[in-house]
Amino acid sequence: MIGKHLLSTYDLSRDQALSILDTTAELAAVSERSVKKLPTLRGRTVVNLFFEDSTRTRLSFELAAKRLSADVITFSAKGSSVSKGESLKDTALTLEAMGADAVIIRHGASGAPYRLANAGWIGGSVINAGDGTHEHPTQALLDAFTLRRHLRGGVGDLSGARVVIVGDVLHSRVARSNVRLLHTLGAHVTLVAPPTLLPVGVESWPCTVSYHIDEALPSADAIMMLRVQAERMAGSYFPSALEYSRLYGLDARRMRALPPDAVVLHPGPMNRGMEISAEVADSPRAVIVEQVTNGVNVRMAVLYLLLGGANSETPDRADKEGV
Amino acid sequence: MPPARVVLDEADISRAVRRMAHEIIEKSRGIDQLVLLGIPTRGVHLAQRIASAIADIEDSSVPFGTLDVTLYRDDLRMRQVRALEPTSIPSEGIDHRTVILVDDVLYSGRTIRAALDALNDIGRPAAVRLAVMVDRGHRELPIRPDFVGKNLPTSQAEVVRVHFTESDESDEVLIEQVAP
Amino acid sequence: MASVVVRSGRLYGDDVRDLVIDGDRIVDVCKPGTGAGDVVVEADGCIVLPGLVDLHTHLREPGREHAETIESGSRAAAKGGYTCVHAMANTSPVADTAGVVEQVWRRGVEAGLVDVRPVGAVTTGLRGEQLAELGAMAHSAAHVRVFSDDGLCVHDPLMMRRALEYVKAFDGVIAQHAQDPRLTEGAQMNEGELSGRLGLAGWPAVAEESIIARDVLLTEHVKSRLHVCHVSTAGSVDVIRWAKGRGINVTAEATPHHLLLTEELVETFDPLYKVNPPLRRSEDVLALRAAVADGTIDIIATDHAPHPREDKDCEWAAAAMGMLGLETALGVIAEVFVKTELMDWYQVADRMSVAPARIGAVADQGQPLAVGSVANLLVWDPRTPTEFNAGSLSSRSSNSPYLGMRFPGSVRHVLFRGRLTVREAQMA
Repeated sequence: MIGKHLLSTYDLSRDQALSILDTTAELAAVSERSVKKLPTLRGRTVVNLFFEDSTRTRLSFELAAKRLSADVITFSAKGSSVSKGESLKDTALTLEAMGADAVIIRHGASGAPYRLANAGWIGGSVINAGDGTHEHPTQALLDAFTLRRHLRGGVGDLSGARVVIVGDVLHSRVARSNVRLLHTLGAHVTLVAPPTLLPVGVESWPCTVSYHIDEALPSADAIMMLRVQAERMAGSYFPSALEYSRLYGLDARRMRALPPDAVVLHPGPMNRGMEISAEVADSPRAVIVEQVTNGVNVRMAVLYLLLGGANSETPDRADKEGV
Repeated sequence: MPPARVVLDEADISRAVRRMAHEIIEKSRGIDQLVLLGIPTRGVHLAQRIASAIADIEDSSVPFGTLDVTLYRDDLRMRQVRALEPTSIPSEGIDHRTVILVDDVLYSGRTIRAALDALNDIGRPAAVRLAVMVDRGHRELPIRPDFVGKNLPTSQAEVVRVHFTESDESDEVLIEQVAP
Repeated sequence: MASVVVRSGRLYGDDVRDLVIDGDRIVDVCKPGTGAGDVVVEADGCIVLPGLVDLHTHLREPGREHAETIESGSRAAAKGGYTCVHAMANTSPVADTAGVVEQVWRRGVEAGLVDVRPVGAVTTGLRGEQLAELGAMAHSAAHVRVFSDDGLCVHDPLMMRRALEYVKAFDGVIAQHAQDPRLTEGAQMNEGELSGRLGLAGWPAVAEESIIARDVLLTEHVKSRLHVCHVSTAGSVDVIRWAKGRGINVTAEATPHHLLLTEELVETFDPLYKVNPPLRRSEDVLALRAAVADGTIDIIATDHAPHPREDKDCEWAAAAMGMLGLETALGVIAEVFVKTELMDWYQVADRMSVAPARIGAVADQGQPLAVGSVANLLVWDPRTPTEFNAGSLSSRSSNSPYLGMRFPGSVRHVLFRGRLTVREAQMA
């Protein structure tokens, strides 16, 4: 339904994206029950392969896999052979020998999940959990799910929704994945950033670009604040944290310029006082905590859709029940 | 391939639904503690029809919901991944109630096994009963229906199709020979 | 040494002649079928060209012999129709002293398949801090004339000025790897729409063009000679064209891969396509082709860069930059220029043999197919297309982007100093 791997939102058609969101909606109900467990992926082995620290994303995938009864092992770079210089290839071959059905990979190098999926090292599914400054497709899917719930009553696509994404687009895999996916789902995306934090060629992306946050606020249905790392100052992307915060941060005053029903998203972890003020982060308009919940459900949906059917090597056998 | 043979027509189906509704009321000694759960897709249509028949007879409605068992199936790995259908449990819940599971065709019994597992994760019913439009035999598990529209002896080379106007052109039950 | 007759080949794709070679010289050019000698190699229907001269080759020896050696690189060169290669200085140890360049030169003589001309480093250890002993290398047995820190840019403008000045004493040339290091920190691919989408740090064209612009002005100022390595952008072509128009003594090279491949290949994230400078846009490729055809870019150089499998069998960012080129160069050029009629075989001979020999000041190479010339030549068979695969390469490495591709013709025979090195597409 969505293919063998989830590597990039670029690869998802509208129908595929919607099937993930619809599956997420069904699984969300399970997450609200007292027994939050399904037998669906019993006997399947899922590996969390994390070359970068990301406790949130790792835990979210881990919980999602466990709720579907998959066996989950975590392979993180710290303290493992990876930090001793073992190559991605050797790590992959090890995981393949252990019988991994899916590898969830977080890697600092853009495209590492593509290599893992296409170099012939492993036979299982590959899920991109964030690669360098390239993509973070499950984050975009959970954002889309959150937006659909608030802006479209949880059904259909996001046609006509106006989403503003503010911050370090240049280094943001979240922004890349969101621009593509939200566009696929029919939303109008506006990117807001200082020119130094926009990639060359952004004009050709399916979105509009502005250098001024205040211009984008009054017509926004949702605003997504990206994490800005203070160390970008060292690279002279902007003069100071204070100036960045003044020109591009979302504070209470700017929040009041948003339409009354607009929601505020942030992929976390937040730099309170930098790109988002504490007042905004804790306001009822912020759906940041809900994003975390939806993250687990979206990842369950992705795991189900990738692993919940026949392996490609298993012949497709007709279902005989009920016919 | 020989043409499909109609074994139940619209009138037969309508009579069977009404009879099953009567039997459910009678066997349950009233409808106070009943919950009807249809298994998508055509089990939902049948459950809806039984629910409205019960409402006609008793002049009172019975809680009705849907139960998708896909995530509990034991044959997931044998075919391509399936889209999930909605599960909606009535707000009354299923604890301490008699759940009537409703499906269109009973065959190997594996769908019902999955449904029993699913129910187990949702709550603890007082009892679970099974209503199907067609029981075609060839059980692979110790499961039997409580309410049957039609017992239909078949060979395994045949396919039974239940059509409801909610999703198909007409109300009918067909038997087809599978191409060898 | 036995005399050799190259029978009935079309010289430069033109007149059909027999070439008679005795010793290391061409001794007769005569009507087809009339030449006599001990050994006859058939060239009927084939094209005869002077042996190719590569001004930009990485042979990896000393220091990285698991990737390539002078011997294996010489074989790859011969198979590709080359009779001379210039071994770049970024070995380990760096070729920055007379001792190292003489060793490389001697190993080349021992291999005996092509002339191996060492390139000397411009700065000690390629560190850009202090001039290497350019004079000592020039006066050594290796007779170094080309100096380059290739792999790294001589970025310090004062260092570049001094180097350009110093090599005037022995008619040397500085071959600059034009890449501003600050503008390309962490760079992974051409900067543009695609790099933005793929989230790979961009390598802007201006990082190359600004260095070339600076260097041609320095060259003009100190009246020296500059060679620009692996030109990759349309903007660089404009700068070089302008400089030549002003009479600045600058020459430039383009690689086969920059003349054929474009950045879209990076979408696969396969590090086989990771190279320095990066693959660019199709507009750049077309500008480079036009510049080679009109002579703005003087020569084709391979930038043959072998890497062991582990350096490419990994994620993009961790992979080494570079691709093989010696064995495939003429096939690519035949495809890009001859098949399209952008150039004839005379022009191919100029860009791949005559001009590089002149720039590198190599005495016995790039000579005309005429009586008295040193017999460095190749026979190209346009009727036998080549399809390269990892098993067919002579290089120790297999990081070729052309595996599985077909090219219109193949190197059939090669003579190096009168001796057959390749016969019927096999090492003789």
